[in-house]
Amino acid sequence: MTTKLLVANLSDIDIKGSRTIKIKETEIAVFRLTDGSVLAVENKCPHKGGVLSEGMVCGTAVHCPLHDWKIDLRSGRVQEPDEGCVVTFETEIDQVSGSIYVTI
Amino acid sequence: MTTSKKKLVLIGNGMAGVRAIEHLLKLSPESYDITIFGAEPHPNYNRIMLSSVLAGGADMQEIVINDWSWYTDNNITLYTGHKVTKIDTERKKVTSHLGIEAAYDVIIIATGSNPFMLPLPGADKEGVIAFRDIHDCEVMIDTSKKYKKAVVIGGGLLGIEAARGLLHLGMEVNVVHIHPYLMERQLDLTASKMLQSELEAQGMQFLLQKSTASIKGKKRAAGLAFTDGTEVDGDLVVMAVGIKPNVELAKAAGLEVNRGIVINDFMQTSIPDIYAVGECAEHRGIAYGLVAPLYEQGAVLAKHLAGVETAGYAGSVTSTKLKVSGVDVFSAGRFVESPGTRSLKIQDDLAGTYKKIVIQDGKLVGAVLFGDISDGAELFASIKKGESVAGREKEILLGISSDLLGQSSGGNRLEAMADDEIICGCNGVSKGTIAEAITTKGCNTVGSIKSCTKASASCGGCKPLVEGLLALYSGDSTGEPVKEGICGCTSLNRDEIVEGITSMRLMSTNEVMNVLGWHNAEGCTKCRPALNYYLGMLYPEEYVDEKESRITNERYHANIQKDGTFSVVPRIYGGVTSPADLKKIAEVAEKFEVPMVKFTGGQRLDLLGVKKEDLPKIWAELDMPSGHAYGKTLRTVKTCVGNTFCRFGTQDSIGMGIRMEKAFERLNAPAKVKLAVSGCPRNCAESTIKDFGVIAIDGGWELHVGGNGGIKVRATELLTIVKTEDEVMEWSSAFLQLYREQAQWNERTAQWIERVGLEYVKTALEKQEDRLDLVARIEKTLSLTTDPWKQIVETDELRKNFEKLSTAQPAQI
Repeated sequence: MTTKLLVANLSDIDIKGSRTIKIKETEIAVFRLTDGSVLAVENKCPHKGGVLSEGMVCGTAVHCPLHDWKIDLRSGRVQEPDEGCVVTFETEIDQVSGSIYVTI
Repeated sequence: MTTSKKKLVLIGNGMAGVRAIEHLLKLSPESYDITIFGAEPHPNYNRIMLSSVLAGGADMQEIVINDWSWYTDNNITLYTGHKVTKIDTERKKVTSHLGIEAAYDVIIIATGSNPFMLPLPGADKEGVIAFRDIHDCEVMIDTSKKYKKAVVIGGGLLGIEAARGLLHLGMEVNVVHIHPYLMERQLDLTASKMLQSELEAQGMQFLLQKSTASIKGKKRAAGLAFTDGTEVDGDLVVMAVGIKPNVELAKAAGLEVNRGIVINDFMQTSIPDIYAVGECAEHRGIAYGLVAPLYEQGAVLAKHLAGVETAGYAGSVTSTKLKVSGVDVFSAGRFVESPGTRSLKIQDDLAGTYKKIVIQDGKLVGAVLFGDISDGAELFASIKKGESVAGREKEILLGISSDLLGQSSGGNRLEAMADDEIICGCNGVSKGTIAEAITTKGCNTVGSIKSCTKASASCGGCKPLVEGLLALYSGDSTGEPVKEGICGCTSLNRDEIVEGITSMRLMSTNEVMNVLGWHNAEGCTKCRPALNYYLGMLYPEEYVDEKESRITNERYHANIQKDGTFSVVPRIYGGVTSPADLKKIAEVAEKFEVPMVKFTGGQRLDLLGVKKEDLPKIWAELDMPSGHAYGKTLRTVKTCVGNTFCRFGTQDSIGMGIRMEKAFERLNAPAKVKLAVSGCPRNCAESTIKDFGVIAIDGGWELHVGGNGGIKVRATELLTIVKTEDEVMEWSSAFLQLYREQAQWNERTAQWIERVGLEYVKTALEKQEDRLDLVARIEKTLSLTTDPWKQIVETDELRKNFEKLSTAQPAQI
């Protein structure tokens, strides 16, 4: 079953920045990109578990702060030649109120 | 001095004119009294970022280039909301529509261009706008809140950017285009069709080969009626069909005008003392509508007005990139085949990529890329250089060359090496993996091996071995070494980038990436921190540091550990602390249950395993400056006891070390910088493996430079010997500033000195006047640093990023 959760407001997250939220056992990193979109992924690099929320955001990708693996935030896929995938979560923004919803 | 200043009037407060003024102020700040007239009610802003404003990625404040205070600080008289209506060339004065008069000696006309509005019946209805300025953006954003359907007339670059923005605002968007395919000015048919299907997948709809007859609706626009009798609904109509240079004023003043105001290579119009730059001007028959040419024009004009010799402006070869999310499109030069040209194409429908190059007389004259635009900058550079590509056409198309690398000498040793031997220690890549990449995956350059296996992708120490393996296994098919830029986002090197920043006076990482043609719009973890550093180094007073372009450790002002916790290292100047400070550190460590307290390699205490959300609290309780135990900045100044207690000590090494550490605290550098001061030649502080090492001798100080105890151990070389502590400060300041100005990003002093040679450094620091110039610049920079920990502790907005979001609530549906 999926649940849609109100997790934050746009103003809570800096552009090219992120905030985290723990839902049950999963830590989710919510990123705000320059193009205005908001994307959410599990906050764990498939390489050595690095916290992605702390990484540098470039375009639609985040670079893991530990070993610079590059992860596409839309697909969750790791850039080659590295391999792996992080779990992504559907997001939605209410353009009027700025509310950010994440579906888990 | 009583030299009378000349009066300069700039008409137009946009990017082109103000850019020229900025440049002029730098070259010759005292020559002109400057008055600026702007028709819009805003300070100078970055118009190319409007699509980001529309896409919600930036707000108005963020795209302002020069805020109000800049004008005041530079003694510029600014009239915003004033449209200049008359230039009186006889009496040498201009008049605004509100009656302000200003006398001039020199005029710069930079009135830009206006959107071209189709004279359709109904074009004056509410809801019909252009996409040109802030006001248009605001209308779009407001409209999207009330209405759902938008129509964009024009399927060119601007139209598609507008449509993408409207789509992002949640509107249903139809793009109407008179041509059979999109962006026909920038793309060929193939690339255009690929673009169309990508945009359709994003939700955009297209009505091609449609000519609009009228705009429907009563008071407000309700849609379009086409000449073929069909219709489309839309509550908002955006016209993005082109621009026309704004030349009315110039025409009325009697200047020669074609499509734009006619200018020569020094931006002079047909009337002396009147110049024109940017989109309103026409140079050698071309009126440019892009940012790079207007920057180049502005730089030449500024030099000319400042009396600096310049070769003049010879025109620009331009390239275009679409700034739309999810689509990579690039074109440059003359990409449409015409008589006398040949074109080569490669298309991969599976990967969604397309590449076309156009060749004339053996030279590359144009290119179109879709899907993968990574070659763009390189192709563009080749087009601009006009070099012959005869015989290499196919290699350029495929990105592969058949030229040979020189034979490597280390072949035998490499040949004998076992397959499982590790070549790249950072990423654990074995010889076998690299060999396989070369022989079976077709990697024939170091770059392709790097991207395929990660070998030499981190510290780069194994690059010579990788090159050797390449020569060994690839043999005749070794690719020509591709010119490597500072990272994969650009083919430009450090010096070219710094030159670009200074010649065009680029002021933000975004601007650098935009203007210098980065492949990735937002760069990567290698170039963004580098650009941020170069800009800060070049413009210590004006540049605003971008925290989002700093590596994690520098963004959080603590060292990230493998488990996501951080470490905190209070600064201990020269390694000297007090019982009170030790107690405080111990109490804080206990209170926050810090799992480990350890001495660092540089005589400090490391509190390891701190949770991110505790960082601001720990800093607040410690109330000590933190030690920059990370990042590219001054780390520690290690000291021995010196003559304070030691029986061998000849000088006060502790005092010297503390003085240096306090002086250089918070200094940004191309890489980390470590210093040490030893009290006697026994060198207990290990000064000879530091970036700048000081060793006391009887009656003086030896100054050593370029040491490193890290990845590759290197002992220092003796720079000079001085007598006093003040001289130690003078030399160390001058050396560090020279390094800051000259080294590449991420280059330690050891590598830098090996590259440029000790003699270069010695010569540069030889004369005291040169040293004092460097000292003045480093002191200026140091005078502007602030304590980031204090700032975070005191500012809620900065502190929020250390906290988790509060608990999630189920959505109310």
